[in-house]
Amino acid sequence: MSKVLIIGSGGAGLVSALSAHESGAEVIVASKTLPTRSQTSMAQGGMNAVLGTEDTIENHISDTLNSSAGLGDESRIAFMCERAPEAVRWCNSIGLPFSRNESGEIARRRLGGASAPRACYAQDYTGLKLLHTLYDQCLKAGIEFKNGRFLLNLITDHETNRVLGATFLVIETGEVEEIRADAVILATGGYGNLYGKHSTNSVQASGDGLAAAVRAGARLADMEFVQFHPTALKGSSILISESARGAGGHLLNANKERFTDELAPRDVVARAIHDEMAKSGAVYLDIRHLGEEFITHELPQERKLAQIYEGIDPVHDLILIKPSAHYSMGGIEVNTQCMSSVQGLFAVGECANHKTHGANRLGGNSLLELVVFGRECGNKASEYADMHPAPAVENSQLVKDTNFVRGVMYFTNQIDFYQKQEMLANIFYNNVGLVRDDMGLKAVLGAIRQMQKELPFMGPRDKSKICNTNLVEFIEFGNKIELAEIIVVCAISRVESRGAHYRVDAPQRNDRMFGAHTITWKEDGVLCADFMQ
Amino acid sequence: MVRLMEITILRGEESQSYKVELENVTLLSVLNHIKTKIDPTLTYSHGCRSGVCGSCAVRVNGREQLMCEYKPSDGDSVEPIRNVRVIRDLVVDSTIVERFNTLATTWSETSSNESVSSEAMERIETQSDCILCTSCYSACPVYAVNPDFIGPFALTRVWRYVNDPREENGDSKMATVQTNGIWDCTLCGSCVPVCPQMIAPMQDIRMLRTKSGMLGYPDPTMNFGGGFDLGGWNF
Repeated sequence: MSKVLIIGSGGAGLVSALSAHESGAEVIVASKTLPTRSQTSMAQGGMNAVLGTEDTIENHISDTLNSSAGLGDESRIAFMCERAPEAVRWCNSIGLPFSRNESGEIARRRLGGASAPRACYAQDYTGLKLLHTLYDQCLKAGIEFKNGRFLLNLITDHETNRVLGATFLVIETGEVEEIRADAVILATGGYGNLYGKHSTNSVQASGDGLAAAVRAGARLADMEFVQFHPTALKGSSILISESARGAGGHLLNANKERFTDELAPRDVVARAIHDEMAKSGAVYLDIRHLGEEFITHELPQERKLAQIYEGIDPVHDLILIKPSAHYSMGGIEVNTQCMSSVQGLFAVGECANHKTHGANRLGGNSLLELVVFGRECGNKASEYADMHPAPAVENSQLVKDTNFVRGVMYFTNQIDFYQKQEMLANIFYNNVGLVRDDMGLKAVLGAIRQMQKELPFMGPRDKSKICNTNLVEFIEFGNKIELAEIIVVCAISRVESRGAHYRVDAPQRNDRMFGAHTITWKEDGVLCADFMQ
Repeated sequence: MVRLMEITILRGEESQSYKVELENVTLLSVLNHIKTKIDPTLTYSHGCRSGVCGSCAVRVNGREQLMCEYKPSDGDSVEPIRNVRVIRDLVVDSTIVERFNTLATTWSETSSNESVSSEAMERIETQSDCILCTSCYSACPVYAVNPDFIGPFALTRVWRYVNDPREENGDSKMATVQTNGIWDCTLCGSCVPVCPQMIAPMQDIRMLRTKSGMLGYPDPTMNFGGGFDLGGWNF
């Protein structure tokens, strides 16, 4: 029986696990946390699908395409939107408890950039309920989980450019192990946590899979595109779902006046908020007029979190907000089979770039993408594994990584990496955030290169072998630094404004020079970048 | 001036106290401050910091809390949740999640795609809010003495699928919870106040008992001590 290794256990990982299992493969899911603890649990808004006659699939395609600002691939977007109704029905058939409308159909709500209400939801717990439903189905299917495995590197045969498996730090014991497989699927999520306290993401979103992929020779695409969610709580960057605006919430400036169309695409609203904050000093989200009953029923999480983190009750008070890093559009470049430029290495979900979001993702399309492409990816990986069994060849990766984990304990610790990590988050938010310019970006690049040089002078201060989260966080920091350089190089190269990438020094979109994907890869450890169709 | 707050954390056999100058923040923020500024060896789990990933359940002053939703005060004492193997400091072994959900078959068997009224779907709204933080197993006195007891979250999850209006084969799950399951619960209710999602597993277990009776399963708690049980009223 062919073997498929899936790394990451969020929605994308679990959907592809089910699909690879159905296709007949032996499946192992390795993940740094328990599956239900991944970031998918945080998705609130919904999953886009055209279910009724008041909306059309053509509209869903054109909204997605418009939002992607020229970087979305029309045929793949059509692939996703056409399969959306079936994807939602599949989720329903495995037990996802969707909210219902008056006629008992799956309820839909309108999110920003959508020409009709088409986000199917389960209160504001869509991601949580999807993730748990998938986990339950994986247990039913008897899928093998290896939890507490932190991905170190992919094992590849450089001669043939083929993946053979991956190495992991077993967090509990501190040992390094390898898992070999005929095909590997990366489903490790995005890199939003690079922005630290300025991100709505889970602390887990450190881009480990992307960093391992680029080290293994895979190509990344459009890494400079990071979506900022318009409405996160000011102090903590905790997300207030777009459904709050979809339901009629208003954005107010310091003078308590509305200043923008609340339901424009996310990049447009986020920039309007950024400008208004610079002008009037503060921006609020006002949902008081929606009423207590609506807020309690449709936005229970938001109410609770605003009370805990900001000490205010949205039923009676204005919510002080700021835009925060929310979604990584950039990712591992994959073809229509979900395979990367490394043979047998697949990627799906936020860590992948399926070219469906382009320069700006539409709300409600990420859960959809992980279901549609998750099913596709599991199937394709299983097919590949069947046709191309991995050769049982010697490989030095395990030895290298074992030595690294041992050696990193001897790093000198003259420099505190937590401090550097916080600094990286701040300079990223300020200079690689909503508004960018050449000088600011180059200053960040300088700082990153300095940090890369300083890594051997940092290191974990905790020397324990058992469950060393200080070590895990240090390796995560290394991954962030690796990706940070790539993101900034891409942002410097793209001297135009498009979707989530806005350059004050080049505010126009320039299709002639930059109407293409920013592709990055490493050759003998050296970063290369180019624009490609 | 910000007052100094002292937090004591149980680390293995010993407790350690930390003094921090923070006010009006969550316990998770305090621990993050300690780990990144004072003591990087302090070990705990966390993720979403917004109460949905279920990673950060601990006990504070003897009561289960999510660190990301709890605001600490001076003198608080923090320890790992109970009835599980502690791996290090506040990190515990979570294999009970997979073990008991598998044992109790907490999944949909076959689900229909027909229309369902909003009211019918709301029957499982609360139960499907579960984040598997395992606080309820920590608080359960039955699980504390019977490590094979299919405890609160798994039973709530069984009820979530049995009671799902779309489920076509939910009754088949009732057999799996007869032994070491619904009848072993003492209905003490300890699981109820500790649930961060306002789920009442005890209530769900009662519902499973009623359903069980309707399907003809015997109620072992109805046996009168000793003697013959003739199945009727004994005077």
